[in-house]
Amino acid sequence: MSNSVSALQGKVATAKVMVRDAGLRGMITLRGDITNTKLKAACAGLTGVDWPAPGQANCVGDKGLAWMSPDEILLLVPYAEVPAALGLVAKALKGQHYLAENVSDARALIQIEGPFAAEVLAKLAPVDLHPANFKPGNFRRTRLGQVAAAFWMRDVDTIDVICFRSVADYTFDLLATSAAAGPVGYF
Amino acid sequence: MLILHCPYCGVDADETDLHAGGQAHLKRKGPDSSDADFEDYLFMRENPKGVHFERWRHVYGCGKWFLAARCTNTLEVFGTYAAQTTAPPKDLLDTISEKRPGWSWGISK
Ligand SMILES: [Zn+2]
Repeated sequence: MSNSVSALQGKVATAKVMVRDAGLRGMITLRGDITNTKLKAACAGLTGVDWPAPGQANCVGDKGLAWMSPDEILLLVPYAEVPAALGLVAKALKGQHYLAENVSDARALIQIEGPFAAEVLAKLAPVDLHPANFKPGNFRRTRLGQVAAAFWMRDVDTIDVICFRSVADYTFDLLATSAAAGPVGYF
Repeated sequence: MLILHCPYCGVDADETDLHAGGQAHLKRKGPDSSDADFEDYLFMRENPKGVHFERWRHVYGCGKWFLAARCTNTLEVFGTYAAQTTAPPKDLLDTISEKRPGWSWGISK
């Protein structure tokens, strides 16, 4: 068995807003009929969080659910729990049409934390991140600079960002540069 | 900058979050069609100065294709709607008629 490591291997950029590798995280792409009550019950059992409305992510600790599209949910669990979670999903949805795929090692998870975390992102994404518009629990799939990414707000000072593993360095440097440059001051 | 409302995820996505997919409501001409019809289907497109219907994909977002009506002259967006349809919805056509009296487009000729 190879030793799993995150793409950024614990990298941290310290400034007023800190950008840090959030390490390995279990991520499962779940596609299918997301109104399916068995699917919802399985997700609730695995994460202990409420079902997310469109454009929302509900996260507590390492667990959570994010609304990706009308037929896709992102299931977040601790890295080591992915095989068990996939087993439970398969059991709950036996005989039904769905897709559940372990994408943990295809992704990187980066956390932005500090007093102007939203502004660090606002400089990089075509998204209205004004505090009146983007609030804790909000989730968005978009781009950061030149790459696809998604992010959700845990609290006003903490935002989690996911991107593809292959662009983890680019995304980290982008966020760290934006953080080091300080706030814009429009918010 | 063009901003289109994605009818699937409810996000107001700007042009850089989207991928343009060309003219909407093309009717495919299959193996039994005439060569002329097949050529039209493959190559002939509307190129209006004014009301236009297009396919767009929310490529950096939810990944879904949707359809949009906009003015190529002013960039005014009349509305967006789901791709699972063969013609624009009635209320959208009414909106366009209000704003651009006498307008016409391929499918409405
Ligand atoms: Zn969308």
